Amino acid sequence: MVDTLSSWGRYPAFPQTPHFTHWRGDLSDDLSDLASSYGSTLPYGQGRSYGDSCFAKTDHVLQTAYLNRFISFNRETGVIVAESGVTLEQVLSLVIPCGWFLPVTPGTKFVSLGGAIANDVHGKNHHVRGTFGRHVLSFNIVRSDGQKITCSLQENSELFSATIGGLGLTGVIESVELQLIPISSSKIDSSTIRFGSLNEFFSLSDEFDSKNEYSVAWVDCHVKGSSTGRGVYMTGNHSDSGDLTVNVKRKMSVPFTFPFSAINKMSLPLLNSGYYHLHKAKPQQAVINYEPFFYPLDRIEHWNRAYGRAGFQQYQCVIPENNAESAMHELLAAIASTGSGSFLAVMKRCGDIVSPGMISFPMPGLSLALDFPQSSSLNSTLFPRFDTIVREAGGRLYPAKDAHMSGEDFRTFYPDWKKVEKLRDPALCSRFWQRVIS
Amino acid sequence: MKNVLIVGATSAIAISCARIWASEKASFFLIGRDPSKLQQTADDLKVLGATAVHTCILDLNDFNQHEEALDECFSLMDTVDITLIAHGTLPDQSECERDVAVALHEFSSNGLSVISLLTLLANRMVMQASGTIAVISSVAGDRGRPSNYLYGTAKAAVSVFCEGLRARLFKSGVHVLTIKPGFVDTPMTKGLSLPGLLVVSPEKIAQCINKGITKKSNTIYAPGFWFFIMMIIKTIPEFIFKKMNL
Repeated sequence: MVDTLSSWGRYPAFPQTPHFTHWRGDLSDDLSDLASSYGSTLPYGQGRSYGDSCFAKTDHVLQTAYLNRFISFNRETGVIVAESGVTLEQVLSLVIPCGWFLPVTPGTKFVSLGGAIANDVHGKNHHVRGTFGRHVLSFNIVRSDGQKITCSLQENSELFSATIGGLGLTGVIESVELQLIPISSSKIDSSTIRFGSLNEFFSLSDEFDSKNEYSVAWVDCHVKGSSTGRGVYMTGNHSDSGDLTVNVKRKMSVPFTFPFSAINKMSLPLLNSGYYHLHKAKPQQAVINYEPFFYPLDRIEHWNRAYGRAGFQQYQCVIPENNAESAMHELLAAIASTGSGSFLAVMKRCGDIVSPGMISFPMPGLSLALDFPQSSSLNSTLFPRFDTIVREAGGRLYPAKDAHMSGEDFRTFYPDWKKVEKLRDPALCSRFWQRVIS
Repeated sequence: MKNVLIVGATSAIAISCARIWASEKASFFLIGRDPSKLQQTADDLKVLGATAVHTCILDLNDFNQHEEALDECFSLMDTVDITLIAHGTLPDQSECERDVAVALHEFSSNGLSVISLLTLLANRMVMQASGTIAVISSVAGDRGRPSNYLYGTAKAAVSVFCEGLRARLFKSGVHVLTIKPGFVDTPMTKGLSLPGLLVVSPEKIAQCINKGITKKSNTIYAPGFWFFIMMIIKTIPEFIFKKMNL
């Protein structure tokens, strides 16, 4: 029952001992108890961060999974108030039948509201709605000195901005007030179009992003030469009519951790090419459920186990608009030349809506996310090569996915880290933070 | 729409059950000791779809208050479809061995209070001639183990009391369900080192309870595999059992 926790990428391996908190009234005591027993701790929700940003420096985390009650829900205005451990899945199950939806959702619904704020997550609609933090009306945060502080854009706005994307370091979020968006149907009108090169992707994105609520692209990172950057461009919009139903599908599961990664040099080119050719050359329209559109991988429980015992790392960067095309070419060429590429390669054009967060990840430009089975060569050769490209293009890396970024890079990418450090609760510190600010 | 009375409404298992019934638009009468926790539970159930939620603050060791609390419940609800008795503590066995007062207090919390409530409740349920009384006992009541026999004694009393009550109320159309959970991951078991494979979530127990109520089961082990574990444990002869360090 005192099983230890890991991060989603299962790398690096620092088993975390969970300490549960169950009631809002106990949160302050639980936090100060942990602080006095171990020196410091870190709130831990669903453990869906990939690297070490959800690990406490002391490896003793404050688990908020049981802080999962709803507080109020106004079915007229779409304002929901809930404890920070409530997951996006819980929110969707409640609000969809009432005609509401999350304003912004990442690629999994198994994250907590607290985690969505701490990482200021974004989704396929970043170009029209910005990050999750933009839709947070207010939250209550508990600090280790016993204070409970209500934060919003108007009230304690500095702490509000430091907490959005603040990696759980500024206090433990107790409850969240979130503005939802109205929907008429739980279905999505989606369309997919294959593109043959990066250039084609940019013209599709220029033409269609602004006309669609959601857009994203999958890219085949195994081809070289003129088809570098070929892939599939997907758009979607909430349907105007249809049912408001919550999908409850039987989940598949990876029952155990593979002894070695099933995603490797042999399987990857086949998977990539197969997926590319699965899509027809001509545009395809379909009305599909929201689940497969937003959360295709949520159907496979524990999919991270397929990467084997060593785990995997995700590399996610964003490149500013001006340099996006050239830098993306360089990155994809670098991946293709090593042959070590990724199956889950996702490109998303981020918009220019500014987040209230001080150290929020997205910026106007192109974001690329890639998964790599863990091997020592990632941190020694491949990632440093990518980092150089990203750095020179003026881009940055995503702390929520990171297990390798140098301190120097982090401090350059996020100059406002000092403000967050100033507002950090002295009883909270992560392994990530310790790694990048010292 | 169901009318549900829950005693010990802020326990993890009770909350998980209540959430299932809230999504079916049930009305609730919640009894608990801590006003703030009770309010937080009530808010959650309302958001999840409960038609109405009444709360009643009560220290269950104050037996004199039982009648009044039940009167209030039955005056608010014309019939009570489900009663869930879910309160309890996990006594520190070694303290119970040192201090008689502690032992008797824990026996009162886990045993006598249930007997008091069920006695008063049974008569009201007989009057309405319908409904289910679901009582959370424990696998710990099946056999006395050195590590927690005070708790086990109270739960054994509850199990036998329910068995008798079930036979008595059967004729009047009221059903009594005895629930024997194994290891559950709740605040009550916080800090215990339990065998990970056997520990289940309160949500899982709630599903078992809801199924038991629907199927009008008599005694259920939750989850069901505890039936087999306890079958084996119950057949261990005393001369061996007393030497085992359980």
